[in-house]
Formats: sequence, C-alpha cells, structure tokens
Amino acid sequence: MIANAVMGLLPKPHVRPVAGAVRFRGRDLLKETEAALQAIRGKDIGMIFQEPMTALNPVMTIERQIVEVFDAHAVLDKSERKSKVLELLSDVGLPDPELLRRSYPFRLSGGQRQRVMIAMALALRPEVLIADEPTTALDVTTQAQILSLICRLQSERDMGIMFVTHDFGIVSDIADRVAVMQLGKLVEVGRAADVLRNPQHDYTRRLLSAVPAFVPKARPAAHRGRLLSIARLDMTYRGKHGLFTKGRTVEAAKEVSLDVRKGETLGLVGESGSGKSTIGRCIVRLLEPSGGSIRLGDIDISRMRGKQLHPIRKRVQMIFQDPYASLNPRRKVGRIISEGPMAHGVSEAEATARTIELLELVGLGRAALHRYAHEFSGGQRQRIGIARALALDPELLVADEPLSALDVSVQAQILELLASIKERLHLAMLFITHDLRVAAQICDRIAVMQRGRIVEHGDTADVFTNPTHPYTRELIGAVSGLALPSTVVAGQESTLAADAL
Amino acid sequence: MTASSLAEFTRRFSRHGGAVLGAAILFAITMLAVFGPLLYPESPWRMVQKPFLPPMMTDGFLFGTDTLGRNIAAGLVHGARVSLLIGLASTAAALVVGVTTGAVAGFFGGRVDDVLMRFTELFQTIPNFALAIVLVAILQPSTDSIVLAIAIVSWPPIARLVRSEFLSLRSREFVQASIVQGQSSFQIIFTQILPNALPPVIVMASLMVATAVLLESSLSFMGLGDPNTMSWGYMIGAGRTVIRQAWWISFFPGIAILLTVLSINLVGEGLNDALNPRLSRRTR
Repeated sequence: MIANAVMGLLPKPHVRPVAGAVRFRGRDLLKETEAALQAIRGKDIGMIFQEPMTALNPVMTIERQIVEVFDAHAVLDKSERKSKVLELLSDVGLPDPELLRRSYPFRLSGGQRQRVMIAMALALRPEVLIADEPTTALDVTTQAQILSLICRLQSERDMGIMFVTHDFGIVSDIADRVAVMQLGKLVEVGRAADVLRNPQHDYTRRLLSAVPAFVPKARPAAHRGRLLSIARLDMTYRGKHGLFTKGRTVEAAKEVSLDVRKGETLGLVGESGSGKSTIGRCIVRLLEPSGGSIRLGDIDISRMRGKQLHPIRKRVQMIFQDPYASLNPRRKVGRIISEGPMAHGVSEAEATARTIELLELVGLGRAALHRYAHEFSGGQRQRIGIARALALDPELLVADEPLSALDVSVQAQILELLASIKERLHLAMLFITHDLRVAAQICDRIAVMQRGRIVEHGDTADVFTNPTHPYTRELIGAVSGLALPSTVVAGQESTLAADAL
Repeated sequence: MTASSLAEFTRRFSRHGGAVLGAAILFAITMLAVFGPLLYPESPWRMVQKPFLPPMMTDGFLFGTDTLGRNIAAGLVHGARVSLLIGLASTAAALVVGVTTGAVAGFFGGRVDDVLMRFTELFQTIPNFALAIVLVAILQPSTDSIVLAIAIVSWPPIARLVRSEFLSLRSREFVQASIVQGQSSFQIIFTQILPNALPPVIVMASLMVATAVLLESSLSFMGLGDPNTMSWGYMIGAGRTVIRQAWWISFFPGIAILLTVLSINLVGEGLNDALNPRLSRRTR
C-alpha cells in the first residue's frame, strides 16, 4: 500500500493519502500533478510487482514492452533502443536475449517474466527501486536467483531499494534496514541486524518467533504398520483431443512409490509443477491414476469408482490449500462440517454434536456454527477446513499446502494446531509443501519430488543434514535466511525492507 | 440468503433508478392481470358497443372498441393475464430443462457433456421463431402448446450458461472437498454448486420472460394463439387490416407489450447489477 502511494498508483478517488508527505529529492510526490509523476515513475523510481504472470501484457512482445518505457519518457532513438533492450535482457541474466526479445510473455517461466519486469523497471536507471513482494509468486530456487540478481544489480548501479515482503528469511538475506508495519502503522524501524537479533516491538517479536526454524526436530523413529502404500504410480494428463488433432499429454507423476505408516507425517516437498498435488489428489481419489497401485491397508483403491469409493472417503480426508476457495460461500459453517458425516448416514443431531466438538478442538467455539465462511479470517477458515477433514474420523489426512495462503504468524498457529491434532488423534498425514522450513517442523519423513519423480526420501533429519541428490541440495541451499537469526548478512547502505503484513 | 445480504441486495437494486421504475410498472401490470377480471367481469370476446368507437369518446370505453364492437380495455386486461402467465410458465419450464441439462453436462463433463451439448446445439441451429411456429401448428394452438413451444425454443441458452458456471465451479476446492467427504453427485450438484451458479441464471430468466411475452404475441399475431383466450398479439393481428381507419385497435395492445417487455428488461438489468456487483458496468 505504502509502495503504491509513493508511485501515485492508489485507486483514485476512493483511496488517497490523507496526510503526510513523500519526499523524493526534496519534492513532495503526493503534491505533484499526474504529469509530473509520470516523468518520475519509471525514470527515477522503478517498481517491480508481485505477480509476474499478470504484470506483463500478454499480446505484446518482450521488446515492445521494454521499448514502451523509453517511449513514455521519449528517450533514445530506434537503433539505440534495440541495443539497449538486448543489454538489459542480458543484464538481468536471461539466456539468448536476441531470441527472447521477440517472444511473447506466455513462452516465459515465472522467474523469467520477473526478470523481464526487473529489466523494465531498470530500463531508465532509476535511483530508487520499489519491489512489492517480487518473489512471493515464485518457487524457492527461482526466488533465490531473483534475490541474488536484485542484490547484484543494486551494487552495480548503486540503487536504493524498498523491498516489501512478509518473509523474514528474505529480510535477513538482503536488507540493511527494516521497517515493520502492523495494521497500517510503522511499529519498528532499525538496522536489519538489530531488529532481527533484538526486536523491540511486541509485534516484531511475534513475527520473528513465528518463522519456523530450519532445524528438524528430533523424533523417535516409529516402526508401526503401513497405512498407505503407493507403488509405481503414474499419472498422465491428457488434453482434450479434436477430430484431427492429438491431445497434449503431460506426465505429472512417473513411477512414484511411497509409504505412509500409521501415525506418522510424511512430507512431500518440491517446486510447483513437480507433481506433489497430483499425488495428493490421486490418494483422495479426486483423480484416477493412469497406472500403478494405491493400497490403503489391504485394499487397492486406485481403480475404484463411484459407489465403491464411498467407504474409502471416510478413511482418507483432505485439507485444501486455499481457505478462501475451499468453503462453500453460501452455506453456514456448521453445515459445511456436518455434511460429511451426514453423507455417511450419521443423524443430523449426532453430526451437529460432533461438529461442535470439532469446532472447540480447532479453537473456534460453537459460536461459529451459524456463521458464514466469509465472516472469518484466512487462518480461521483454515481451521474450519481442518475441522471438516476431521469430521469423518479419517485415518489419513492429505494436507495440500495448507499454510501457503496464510500469513507467517497465522502459519505458525495452524502448524501447531495440526501437530497437536495429529498427536491427539494418532493420525497419519501426508503433508504437501514447497516450504522446507515448514516441512522440517512437522514431518517425520520427507520425500523430495522433481518433475514427477521422487528423487530422494528418508527421515527428515537425514535428508536435511545429509542430502544425497543434487536437487535436494539445491532446494536446501535456496532456503532464504538459513541462518536466521544468529547471523545476518550485511548488504549495501540503502536497502530498506518494509514488512507489510 | 441472510438478512444482511438481503438488505444489501435491496440497496444495490434500488440504486438502479430504471430498475425501480420497471419494477413499479411490472407490479401495476401484474395487479391488472390478477384483479382486472373484477373490473371487466364479462368475456372480452363479447360485443358490447358499436364497432370502431374511438378511444376516450364514450364513457366506459377508455380505449375504444374494435372491428366487432368489443371493448379494447377489457381485452388488454384479460390479455395481460395470458401474456404474463405464458411468459412465466414457459420460462419456468425452460429453466427446469435448461438447468438440469446444463448442470449434468457441466458436472460430469467428458462424453456426457459432449452428447448433451450436441443435443443442445441441434435446437440452437434452428431459428427460434420458425421452430415455435412449427411446434404450435403441429400441436394445435392452445395455451399449453404455446408454453411448450416457447420453452422448447428457449432452454438451450440456459443450458449453456449453467454448464459454463458448473465447469468453473466444479474445479473449486469447496466442491472437491464435498467429493472427498463422500457426498453423492446429486447432492453436490443441487446443494453445493447450484446455489452458487444461480445469480446469472436468475438474471437470464428475467430477460427470458420478456422474450417469451414477445414470442407469444408474435404467435398470436400470426393467428397461432389459443383461440379461446384474448391476447395482445391477437388484438394487434386483428386490428392490422384496419390500421389506417382505426389505429387504436392495434396501438394500445402494442403499447402494453412494449411496457411489459421494457419493464421486465429493466428489472432484469437491476437484478444483474444487484446480484453480480463485481460485473456491474456502471459505477455510481
């Protein structure tokens, strides 16, 4: 929000700064006219957005989009522009700029698009760069690359950067000074090292303690019976084919073999697109695998259909990623949770009693029963989602990135809730996540996935302290702020990280 | 719908000036249709005065009389019943068929979807009015056959709309959650997805009532109306040959159709803005 205010990008006339000043080289930007702001935007202050997928115009080539920046500020002639575009693209570390400048955005990956965005922001050599959560939408490994790119460009060009993020790992990696915001107020400002090591404000302390430590907890090795075993599972998506065209096929999972024992948590980690969610969805049988077997106890559920699956549904439940999309907006919370047991023949009164019990268990209380999902915050909604999953007393929970849509401080609470529930109800859990810190906290064993294959699996402590596969090593190396909070990387003078939660 | 969202709905609807006007006109027409026969208890077919009596010349004959001396005002009031009844009944029938087809096609997808959509397209390729005429002609003109014919020509767009809503809602996580919970497909379609798919359907249905009123009038104009009921379309058709001598015979039923269709459209637009606030074109 602050970042947008500086750039004069607030949605007028509903939102406008009511007081205060934004000073840039002695001029107050809030008082400047739209025309004057246009001259400053891009030229003196550059901006990178959160969502590289939507920040580029899909129907323009990369070159056109960068040239537009020059057009807007009427600088450079035609031939200079072309060479400048090539120079910028190679500056931000994109391969084959000559080919790339003629491409359309859809050909580029998220990381590449973010590089293009950075190239555009840097085209006119701004003195200040505002980066609004530039890596939130990216994978961990890509995030690490983009961060190091931003740091390199900063030192080359001597820029000031205002880096808006919710991730303290990033803060400890790149920031010189930190400003912590809570509910629109600046609660703490200081040198990154000081703030991270010795936070003054209560809120900062809460945020910092919510960052899961990247140290796997020691766990007693449980040798209990197998609950779920997956053998050589294949999943190939087939695109729709027409009369004359062949459908596109995507192999999302190839020969995946996994075991989940009773009462243990198995973490499935990997980048997005690695096939983690596909495995999860095959287990709860939202998808039918194209090959291999999924045995729950002694029953192979991979080929079951329709009514056959009904008794299985009770035993395997799922917690979904997006608490905003996973609850029916037109039903009361009580109904959302009790529908499951009622579908399995439990009477309404009994289901409601169970629902109240569950709401207490997840820390919401019976008052939630008669309210709609939109009346709750993201964290509370995820609690409702957990209660719904528990309503059928499952033996196995599949949690598909249950934390990734939540704020850090809320993440810690939900993680704690999951751990305590697992403990109390002796559940087995398949925990799908891209966040290695979270995996280290909750998982007994870890399986690492890359491009549809499991490349490494073993006890959490072993995998993290002694990774054997190069991809696992790369993933672990990419975890930002690994050493937080004992050592803090010292960066350049003018970086400022604002934590806008 | 909770009390607060109902209040919110009313607020957004009433912000739309045209919609409020439309609702008022529609209310007046509905009242006429319901209580009109009390005003004109006699059959509108009865000849009660001299033919070709101009409007506002004789007491009790506000809109004059037609070629056979029948009271036009009585015809209008009784016609309102027929028009609204046929409009609502045919829309309801079209909704039942369209929503079911669209829901099944969108939810199950794959081959079921292919078959149902090809079937829908079969109806869409034939011009609406031509098909309606043929159907009424084959089935013998009557209120039932007209309702049936209008319903048959107007369900395909509903099926397509509902299908596209279902396609996008089916992949939402709350629907997947209910699959994982073990709810039956029937339950998921009607209790989970349909309530979320309804707003655009309601808007479309309101506009379809208007189209149905027009279709019915066109059919009666061509002489394919129910021979036992007085309808606006029939009145226009009957007065058509004498329009130069007695303009009022066709004019007033025409105005009645115009007002009805216009008010329904205005209400539909208001519903659209109130039910889909994010899609609203105007920001006031």
